[in-house]
Amino acid sequence: MSLDSITTALRKHLPKGRVLTQPEELRPYECDALSAYRQLPMVVVIPDTFEQVQSVLRLCSEHKVPVVARGSGTGLSGGAMPLENGVLLSLARFNRILDIDVHNRVARVQPGVTNLSISNAVADDGLYYAPDPSSQIACSIGGNVAENAGGVHCLKYGLTTHNIQALEVLTIDGTHLTIGGQALDAPGYDLLALMTGSEGMLGVITEVTVKLLPRPEVAQVVMAAFDSVDAAGAGVTAVIASGIIPAGLELLDKPAIDAVEKFIHTGYPKHAAAILLCELDGTQEDVTAQIERVNRVFKEAGAIDLQVSHNEAERQRFWAGRKAAFPAMGRLSPDYYCMDGTIPRKHLAHVLNQISTLSEAYGLPICNVFHAGDGNLHPLILYDANQAGELERTEELGGKILELCVEVGGTITGEHGVGLEKINQMCVQFNAAELRQFHAIKSAFDADNLLNPGKAIPTLHRCAEFGAMHVHHGELPHPELERF
Amino acid sequence: MSETQTIQEQIQVAAASGTPLSIQGGGSKTFYGRTPHGEALSVSGHRGILDYTPSELVISARAGTLLTELESVLAEEGQMLAFEPAHFGDRATLGGTIACAFSGPRRPYAGAARDFVLGINCVNGSGEWLRFGGQVMKNVAGYDVSRTLTGSLGTLAVLLDIHLRVLPRPETEITLQLACDAATAIQRCNTLAAKSLPISASCHVDNKLIIRLSGMEQGVRAAAAGIGGEVLEAADDFWRQLREQQLAFFSGEQPLWRLSVPPATEPLAIEGDTLLDWGGAQRWLRSEQPAGTIRAITGSVGGHATLFRGGDRSNEVFHPLQAELLALHRRLKMSFDPAGILNPGRMYREL
Repeated sequence: MSLDSITTALRKHLPKGRVLTQPEELRPYECDALSAYRQLPMVVVIPDTFEQVQSVLRLCSEHKVPVVARGSGTGLSGGAMPLENGVLLSLARFNRILDIDVHNRVARVQPGVTNLSISNAVADDGLYYAPDPSSQIACSIGGNVAENAGGVHCLKYGLTTHNIQALEVLTIDGTHLTIGGQALDAPGYDLLALMTGSEGMLGVITEVTVKLLPRPEVAQVVMAAFDSVDAAGAGVTAVIASGIIPAGLELLDKPAIDAVEKFIHTGYPKHAAAILLCELDGTQEDVTAQIERVNRVFKEAGAIDLQVSHNEAERQRFWAGRKAAFPAMGRLSPDYYCMDGTIPRKHLAHVLNQISTLSEAYGLPICNVFHAGDGNLHPLILYDANQAGELERTEELGGKILELCVEVGGTITGEHGVGLEKINQMCVQFNAAELRQFHAIKSAFDADNLLNPGKAIPTLHRCAEFGAMHVHHGELPHPELERF
Repeated sequence: MSETQTIQEQIQVAAASGTPLSIQGGGSKTFYGRTPHGEALSVSGHRGILDYTPSELVISARAGTLLTELESVLAEEGQMLAFEPAHFGDRATLGGTIACAFSGPRRPYAGAARDFVLGINCVNGSGEWLRFGGQVMKNVAGYDVSRTLTGSLGTLAVLLDIHLRVLPRPETEITLQLACDAATAIQRCNTLAAKSLPISASCHVDNKLIIRLSGMEQGVRAAAAGIGGEVLEAADDFWRQLREQQLAFFSGEQPLWRLSVPPATEPLAIEGDTLLDWGGAQRWLRSEQPAGTIRAITGSVGGHATLFRGGDRSNEVFHPLQAELLALHRRLKMSFDPAGILNPGRMYREL
């Protein structure tokens, strides 16, 4: 279908000014937070109502026009990158909290509501929404569901998938489905799990019911400094082994500490090779007992400095450095590339040392600031996009880090999603039969492959080509496929 | 030939001839779901713990591993399956537990079976061995198939190896009992659940609200003092009997319904005896009322009703699905099991 005819058809269903086609109007939608990948969409639509979304989908389904849904555009893997021949469906105007049910501790919200605004809306009731991705001030709950977003506190409170109860969804042909429900479970297959983290490939979310938790009475942070990354890694293992599940357990390595200290002077010990921030929450009695134990465990693990936050201001100060880590990198380097892999915790020290070796081999500095408690790494590769070939080398180094994660039994993405960014590494993590099963699931929802096509799950053809260029351990990952 | 290859081969042969297979572990849950039929496919020989490093908080085991074995290995290291699954007999296997997604009293506070599933290796209806998820807590590569398989009653794939998140066993537990009626109990548990308290179970049995607190000793004692009531002695036995359906309420032949409703829902006007668990979110009902009546009332408050034990198992035992949702279920079933041979009809007639 031509641009003119699709635009005319869309305008019949949408209010004036909500169908954008001019390049300057399309420009803000050309990428998400993975800004190295850009593409102007054919057209952007910004509906206000469920019925308008349904009409857009029916129209696109009928005319076989691909659709990419977009929330706040804060995703880090290119999941919301538009398609040249596709409709970019912005859900930004779905920004209302529909209902707060304090007795059942749930809230019904539209997908464009920001993560943090949910917690703000229920703060007076002593409740909050637990997942807290670092972009929580801006990211939308619909996007959080699409990516199964995590955050600092998922070690204790889980990811998005653990904290939602129901979704209203439209499939590509405009069919309305209620997935999950008002009870703690729902009959049939666990489609709530399948939808969460499906990167906009299975349906468009039009409403989310989130679970609300009681805000802990008190939260305190223990900051422990170590003279080696190995010792800090051992500290992480020792805390978990001691029977405590911290609310958050974060690690900053030496380059990250230095960058942060130059930026905001939080008072992190400058002589440390790594620090751990360990947050404990619960009732005052419980937290006091936990801190006592954590202090003892860190001391035994060889901590060279230990500090405990004694009030909220101190707790915020300890976290300020962690939160400022990314902007601090921005001062050190023209560009940085944030990776996201997860590994079994026991391999933490090994993987960090390997990353450091890779960093030297590629001549690109790497800082590590990450969710150590659940083994979710976020190596930040510092580079300069204006230097010819540096972005390509950065991407190659990033790919190597992800393959290292798979090698030790981990995964190529802990919480940022595959999107376009990690689509080649999916070929390393999954074999052809597994990828075929993923495609079959996609077909059960979207037989014409119109929702966010080309993202998250690579075609077997793509993997064969990637495999040909990229021989892993001397073996081709898909020997059964014909090479092109 | 390995156990896995034998299972794969049996599935491939059955798929080619269109022979229905009835997947069997320890046989402890044959009462659950619609009446099983088909040639037996035994997974009980595929057993054993594959990997367990306590500080990783992850255990990996083959599906035929006995739940008792798994739990005793965890207990030796001071850990547990935090979803507190029911066994329903000594022969219960890990695979059957995950296929049924059974979760016990700790579920509303710690999470359900699916919340602890990190990865599953399985064989689909075409006999292909597939691996989804893994041994790490955060993993968003590909669709979350392992959680989708949890509770699918073997209708999508045969579960072979399962990776689960485990948690430390609480240092201290105290169980309190307070005399009150069901309506007061529902209100009380939901008010308490909105506060920062270490509650790990709450139910209403024999006109008593029974609450369990778990955590470090100082925290649990302080919370218990705030809630009040009497301390229940031999509480571990009580919670086990509740979980295993061994309390007097569960005896006899009357159909047992499981109603899953928003937790703060007031007591439902359905004729029969009710026992509340999960802070009001799971209600066990002994009733001879027609399925249609029970489902209509449960559905009207946003819940769903399962005929858990007894009654007519040739009809639907799970709450009927919206037509479009059932159609999607059928397409999903086809995507995993095109020949329709894995536990056909065990969950819904049409799956």
